[in-house]
Amino acid sequence: MERSNRECTIGTVEDFMLQIGRVVHAGEVELAIFRTSDGAVYAVRNHSPHPKGGPLAEGIVSGYYLYDPLHDWKIDLRTGEVQAPDRGQAEVYPVTVEGGVVKVTLPAAVTTLN
Amino acid sequence: MAAEREKLVLIGNGMAGVGTIEQILKLGGAYDITVFGSEPHPNYNRIMLSYVLEGSKTIEDIILNDLGWYEDNHITLHTGTTVTRIDEQNKLILTDNGLAVPYDKAIIATGSNSFILPVPGSTKDGVVGFRDIADCDAMLEAAKQYRTAAVIGGGLLGLEAAKGLVNLGMDVTVVHLLEDLMERQLDRTASSMLQAELTRQGVKFAMGKQTVELTGEERVTGLRFSDGSELPAEFVVMAVGIKPNVQLAKDSGITVNRGIVVDDYMQTSMSDVYSVGECTEHRGTCYGLVAPLFEQGMVLAKHLSGVQTPGYEGSVVATKLKISGVDVFSAGEFTETPEHTVISAKDEWKRTYKKILLKDNVIVGAVLFGDVTESANLQKLVKNSTEMTNEIYDEVMGTSCCGGGGAKKGMSVEAMADEEIVCGCNGVTKKAIVDAVTENGFTTVDEIKACTGATRSCGGCKPVVEQILQFVLGDSFQQGAKQGICSCTSLGRDEIVAEITAKGLRTTKEVMNVLDWKQAEGCSKCRPAVNYYLGMIYPDTHEDEKESRFVNERMSANIQKDGTYTVIPRMYGGVTTPEDLKRIADVSLKYDVKVVKVTGGQRLDLIGVKKEDVPKVWEELDMPSGYGYAKSLRTVKTCVGSQFCRFGTQDSMGMGAMLERKYERLDMPAKFKMAVNGCPRNCAESCTKDIGIVGNDGGWEVFIGGNGGIKPRIADAFCKVKTDEELVEVCSAVIQYYRETGNYLERTSEWVERMGLEHIQTVVMGNDDNRKELAARIDFALAQVSDPWKKMLDDKNTRTALFEETQV
Ligand SMILES: Cc1cc2nc3c(=O)[nH]c(=O)nc-3n(C[C@H](O)[C@H](O)[C@H](O)COP(=O)(O)OP(=O)(O)OC[C@H]3O[C@@H](n4cnc5c(N)ncnc54)[C@H](O)[C@@H]3O)c2cc1C
Ligand code: SF4
Ligand code: FES
Repeated sequence: MERSNRECTIGTVEDFMLQIGRVVHAGEVELAIFRTSDGAVYAVRNHSPHPKGGPLAEGIVSGYYLYDPLHDWKIDLRTGEVQAPDRGQAEVYPVTVEGGVVKVTLPAAVTTLN
Repeated sequence: MAAEREKLVLIGNGMAGVGTIEQILKLGGAYDITVFGSEPHPNYNRIMLSYVLEGSKTIEDIILNDLGWYEDNHITLHTGTTVTRIDEQNKLILTDNGLAVPYDKAIIATGSNSFILPVPGSTKDGVVGFRDIADCDAMLEAAKQYRTAAVIGGGLLGLEAAKGLVNLGMDVTVVHLLEDLMERQLDRTASSMLQAELTRQGVKFAMGKQTVELTGEERVTGLRFSDGSELPAEFVVMAVGIKPNVQLAKDSGITVNRGIVVDDYMQTSMSDVYSVGECTEHRGTCYGLVAPLFEQGMVLAKHLSGVQTPGYEGSVVATKLKISGVDVFSAGEFTETPEHTVISAKDEWKRTYKKILLKDNVIVGAVLFGDVTESANLQKLVKNSTEMTNEIYDEVMGTSCCGGGGAKKGMSVEAMADEEIVCGCNGVTKKAIVDAVTENGFTTVDEIKACTGATRSCGGCKPVVEQILQFVLGDSFQQGAKQGICSCTSLGRDEIVAEITAKGLRTTKEVMNVLDWKQAEGCSKCRPAVNYYLGMIYPDTHEDEKESRFVNERMSANIQKDGTYTVIPRMYGGVTTPEDLKRIADVSLKYDVKVVKVTGGQRLDLIGVKKEDVPKVWEELDMPSGYGYAKSLRTVKTCVGSQFCRFGTQDSMGMGAMLERKYERLDMPAKFKMAVNGCPRNCAESCTKDIGIVGNDGGWEVFIGGNGGIKPRIADAFCKVKTDEELVEVCSAVIQYYRETGNYLERTSEWVERMGLEHIQTVVMGNDDNRKELAARIDFALAQVSDPWKKMLDDKNTRTALFEETQV
């Protein structure tokens, strides 16, 4: 199969409020987009790594960390890594911002899990 | 490919076995690990089944290692698979579903089974043990369908099961063969105090009764005792003991006595096969509690990882009953014989009892009831066979004056071996805690909890964890251990509020900067709290920070576990109109609401609204927000009252609606509920509300601090007033005083206990000026609030950012 990564334009920086998540459907993936207080934009799959799942977009953002709204897990927006004492990994996707336009790179065949 | 590693197979996916594996992983033991478990679940904390039954935890909460953990550690897990034999010749593990897995080393950790009394009828429907999730489910199910239950066995398990069933609303009788409860842990005095306390909590007892038959056809209907008497019961829990599960070992030709016989390194009679946990017999003893099992596991893990270790020498066991409000503890020997010297103190008024047994002046056992603060200390003294001295006597009997005690406490943790388990629930050793303190610079129990898991479950180990902290930190302890509102700061609520006012701080960012927060932007605990304190201090100027609000409050609707929302319109005083009902019905149909539910607070939940539909639902309902999500006034529950009720002396509906209109929308430390009743028959249940109001012939009676939630509490009588105006003024003053002094997330039930009822009465009722000022301050704050649904509908940008999802 020959497909390269896809780059999706998801909007402009102004579409995203500081520290307040927003849901973006990019093809088959549901993303939660966050803009941290320093203006950087991060994209995470909108699905908590907690065994009970649930959305992430509504969590509280502090620095580069996101507090899962349903289970209060602390997740690093840069790597997706869940912080101790909990364990797990949220799926993160690379984001680029150029001239105020926000793009997310999704892997070739993102067959989303469940 | 890495070099072939040795294959380690664990049989039994329970606490002891998986505990051992966790230790092996920590020690870096190089094995390919496979785990077999008969139950369909990943590894869970069996101890906490009692909390599941009692209702304070769910099954999910007690999972210790989820499936991801096994995956992450490359452990092959076979759940729902029972191992039937170990084939020593071919070094294979054989299972009931036909697997044959090779091993180099194997660990048997098959635990125990509930002992079911061999009496006629014991196999009837409705008879269960108390051992695993399936049993727990059976009990939860039974409580929905049946009313009367019998628990056979008055030991730890039986009593926890009985209390759980009482909490589930059943009429429960504990049947016990002997005259004393928990006779293997408690002496007669403690046991009778325990029985009295549990009776007060609603458990019934049939003591000295030997069950000889369970009656009924298919399903059990009752018990028959040896004295010919009978007890009806639609559901029976057998909690008479456990039987080490040795079938597999026996069938494989391993030496078995009562349990699987092992040496000090947990080695069984079969080479390369080890055994830990309840199925094991070490030096003639089988243990039925987790602390010894973790100690066994620790030795085995080291042995298997090639780390030098002394052998296991047996454990001193200590017991703690996990029933809220019943504190019992025992360790070591507790029945006195002529060889013992007994120190005891019984206080019938405070309902406490303390007994310490000495043999040749060495502390060999202890029993505590009612006040268990010395339990951790005594457990260590018993374990280390400490000689009694004057100092220890003063310390444990509480006869010394303060001072000096700290040093001695320090010494007893100092004497503790590094490998000793401090937290039995989570298998955390003293060393792990000391390391957390020295390596990460932690200074609070919360930080240690987050890092090691100690104190995360039953909390019984907290005093020892504190002592270790104190011991390691020495003089810096006092300062370091001061509990801040979260791990971002060492400042408490009062200090933060004082600093905000003194320094004129205006935003959470400023607060966190100026007050030197460890995490610059705070966390999900302190951000909402600081946002609340700012709003309380500057009601007119503080700009509410949406990004510091919990999702429900930010969206003004309740998020559900599937990511949809619940919308609750206001219904003042629980009263609505046919027109409003029709509108609610129309909107619910149009937006495909999943369920319309009447809530406990007398209004309608529209459950399952899709996120992007939420603003449209508000718009079309065109009703005020019911704040079902907020830390503010939820509802004012009312009875029918004098407008219609033949007993009513006051207009409860009118008063309730008025109060709800007055106080709605204002932020409070936690959610807040009220009720108004037309007469002392109290149909709207004032006794479980933050403020409960009862009408009588000449006026109103006010109750405060009630709660029906996690920690139920009956409200305290606060005052009586004659007129409606006085009533409103009192309510205003109480609410404002709570707003100004309550910790964020602290319900009034806790607040009243912390501040003291009399103190609040003095502040509010003792001084008319005070009361009027409080009432004026709340009126000022109330003048600033507005309906969030309306506000959001008018603010297109925020609405879009919060509710609309983009498609690309
Ligand atoms: C309700 C309750 C409350 C308790 N409260 C406390 C308390 O407060 N404090 C305390 O210290 N202890 C308490 N205990 C006891 C504690 O839970 C046990 O001592 C501990 O769980 C035993 O661990 P284990 O690994 O030996 O056995 P288990 O945890 O029982 O694990 C054994 C596992 O092996 C599986 N198994 C059995 N045979 C096979 C086979 N042939 N093949 C594959 N799998 C098999 C079983 O399904 C089981 O899951 C409580 C127990 C219960 C039931
Ligand atoms: S509390 Fe009194 S007035 Fe209100 S409904 Fe009940 S009986 Fe009637
Ligand atoms: S002993 Fe239960 S939480 Fe530590």
